[in-house]
Amino acid sequence: MSERHFDGDLKDLDRRLLAMGALCETMIQKAVKALIDRNPELTQEVFRHEEEANRFHIEIDDIAIKLIALHQPMAGDLRFLAAAMKINNDLERIADMAVNASQTAFYHLFKEPPVPQIAMVQNMAEVAQRMLRHSLEAYATRDVDLAQRVLAEDAEEDRLKAQALKDLISLIRSDPPRSEAFVELILLSKNMERIGDHATNIAEDVVFMVLGKDIRHQEDAAVS
Amino acid sequence: MDAAALRRGIVRRKKKDALFALVGLAATLVGLITLLALLIDLAIDGVGRINPGFLSNFPSRFPDKAGILSAWVGTAIVMFVTALSAVPLGVAAGVYLEEYAPKNRLTSLIEINIANLAGVPSIVYGLMALGIFVYKFNLGQSVITAGLTLALLILPIVIMATRESIRAIPSSIREAAFAVGATKWQMVRHHILPYSAGGILTGVIIGLSRAIGESAPLITVGALTFIAFLPPSPVTGSFPFINFEWLKSPYTVLPIQLFNWVSRPQKAFHLNAAAAGLVLMTMTLAMNGLAIAIRYRFRKRIKW
Amino acid sequence: MVDTLTAPPTSGLAIKAEVDRLSFYYGAHQVLKSVTLSVPEKKVTALIGPSGCGKTTLLRCFNRMHDLYPGNRYDGAIRLSPENTNILDPVIDPIEVRMRISMVFQKANPFPKTIFENVAYGLKVRGNVKKSEVKERVERALRGAALFDEVKDRLHSLGGNLSGGQQQRLCIARALVTDPEIILFDEPTSALDPIATGKVEELVAELKQRVTILIVTHNMQQAARVSDFTGFMYLGELAEFNRTERVFTNPSNKLTEDYITGRFG
Repeated sequence: MSERHFDGDLKDLDRRLLAMGALCETMIQKAVKALIDRNPELTQEVFRHEEEANRFHIEIDDIAIKLIALHQPMAGDLRFLAAAMKINNDLERIADMAVNASQTAFYHLFKEPPVPQIAMVQNMAEVAQRMLRHSLEAYATRDVDLAQRVLAEDAEEDRLKAQALKDLISLIRSDPPRSEAFVELILLSKNMERIGDHATNIAEDVVFMVLGKDIRHQEDAAVS
Repeated sequence: MDAAALRRGIVRRKKKDALFALVGLAATLVGLITLLALLIDLAIDGVGRINPGFLSNFPSRFPDKAGILSAWVGTAIVMFVTALSAVPLGVAAGVYLEEYAPKNRLTSLIEINIANLAGVPSIVYGLMALGIFVYKFNLGQSVITAGLTLALLILPIVIMATRESIRAIPSSIREAAFAVGATKWQMVRHHILPYSAGGILTGVIIGLSRAIGESAPLITVGALTFIAFLPPSPVTGSFPFINFEWLKSPYTVLPIQLFNWVSRPQKAFHLNAAAAGLVLMTMTLAMNGLAIAIRYRFRKRIKW
Repeated sequence: MVDTLTAPPTSGLAIKAEVDRLSFYYGAHQVLKSVTLSVPEKKVTALIGPSGCGKTTLLRCFNRMHDLYPGNRYDGAIRLSPENTNILDPVIDPIEVRMRISMVFQKANPFPKTIFENVAYGLKVRGNVKKSEVKERVERALRGAALFDEVKDRLHSLGGNLSGGQQQRLCIARALVTDPEIILFDEPTSALDPIATGKVEELVAELKQRVTILIVTHNMQQAARVSDFTGFMYLGELAEFNRTERVFTNPSNKLTEDYITGRFG
């Protein structure tokens, strides 16, 4: 089998996607740390990273479309390009979520006195980051089993989110003067849940890319 | 290598080019001029003797009264019999060898021997025909013997021409015919024969052009040199209105008449011979011209 | 994507021809190795594969073309529905088979005859077809080949004067006139320009409503565009056979994947 010229183009796209993934991980990490440490500088850094993330988003879609038009890819190559475009979108949304979290922190939460319940968000953030790391690793190594585990982790994230919502609502009722902070926390937990959802999407795209199976919207996500 | 040296090399090679073209032209001209010289010489001697009398008189002891009637009629009817015998036999053999015969050692043997037969001297054919047609089959020293002898002579030519024409037909045409459900015979009848007809006809005429000039084999099988009557007419006044008596009649042909006159001492007969030669040449050239015309017409229709 | 791995690809469809463990020998050399496949009725089935894989050899088994040349041997069966006759049985006359199964060749090979004579030839060899019926069927075949409007004023001019694409459509009309049950296409557009190719492909898409089509092509994009089912052949074996969309998005066999993504072939 000879290496095709096209393979070089595919590898290049692969690298860019991974670079964008790494950037997203960094953005979330900084956003969460900014929240915990109440560090406004870090939120500014997250805002600066957004520009780069958007650039990646446009470039990757552009390259993928071009490769489809010019090379009429089939089978594995076709699935890779389709998956790449979808993962691209999910990563862009993740970056957005990191930015939203930083905006919530910078414009609202930092203006309030600190609340201990920020730990809830921290827990959720940990799960979300783990999910993202696993899904990106599954993508990088084309590991279907790892991708499956991400789907299982989503259940944990959902549970945390439901619990956080319940607790924060009861806190709003019992401690009305601080309800604004609690509402911000609800929004932040939503952000973390969304990050987890997008990481799950990425994992599903990895399974499609490797096996050609579409496992979305299935309650039982076990692959035979 | 610098540009100047390259240029010198090119000029040198072009000179060689021109030299070869010149040599080729000279060779062609030698052949052409020789032929033309022969023809003109013949014409100068003979054209004076060509008149209606020459063409309708029988031979005589007197050169100015002598004519080629029996000779050219004889040539014509012998060629007719030759063609009628050689064509069906030769075409059928050619078609069989190309389309039906299995590709084995026996077939290769047959093919080689047909090619060999084309090179056998014509007098050998005469000797064989003497034994078989004249004596064994008792056909006598007649027109039919002459026709059959010459037919055998040109048979290899007809067979080879048939095979070459058939080979020119691409196998895709055969496959197309079979693919719609044709039998082998249908394919041969609807495609092979029509498309190779041009080439076959050309081959037949080339064969006849050779046969028309043969004298040795015909002398061997009993052609006369002096004959003052024509074979009986094929058409009669009474039922059944055609007869085949003319096939059994004695005959002579133009080359024999020509040779006879040229061997006589009188110069006048030599002029007669030249004139007869001119008539023979005209007949030959006419046949070749016909071959070319046929080939041209068929080529327009068939493009491979 | 729905998992169709477990169900056979042609389940639920009417089958026109069953190839049953077909092997083919040219002399001592085995060219086809126990090929089994079901050709669905009134669908387009494509055969793809690298040079020498046996796809054309397999195609030419269907109309007994190999019988024309010495040294060939069939082993196995091709059964034609509805009566389930094995058309490779030596008892069956190949001419009978060719009257039910037509072929269009790689390079257009119209006879050096008129357009009308070309198309009518399939009827001529049958005999006993009335002149009026011949005329009607020739016109129908030319319409079926999307050629009638272009040539209706010159049916009695030579077929050789048409352009390459028109000649190929003439050959398609010739194959259609006998109302065949299957038409075999042997790389029909490899000698044509893109526009003529497009016309032939459109034709194939239309013809499949009436006739089962089996097409050999070395152009994968053509197989992808034109066929419902695709068989990938390699070294005389049928390596994979499935619905076309499946073969080109997620083939089961790594060989197939490597071939269609251009890693070899």
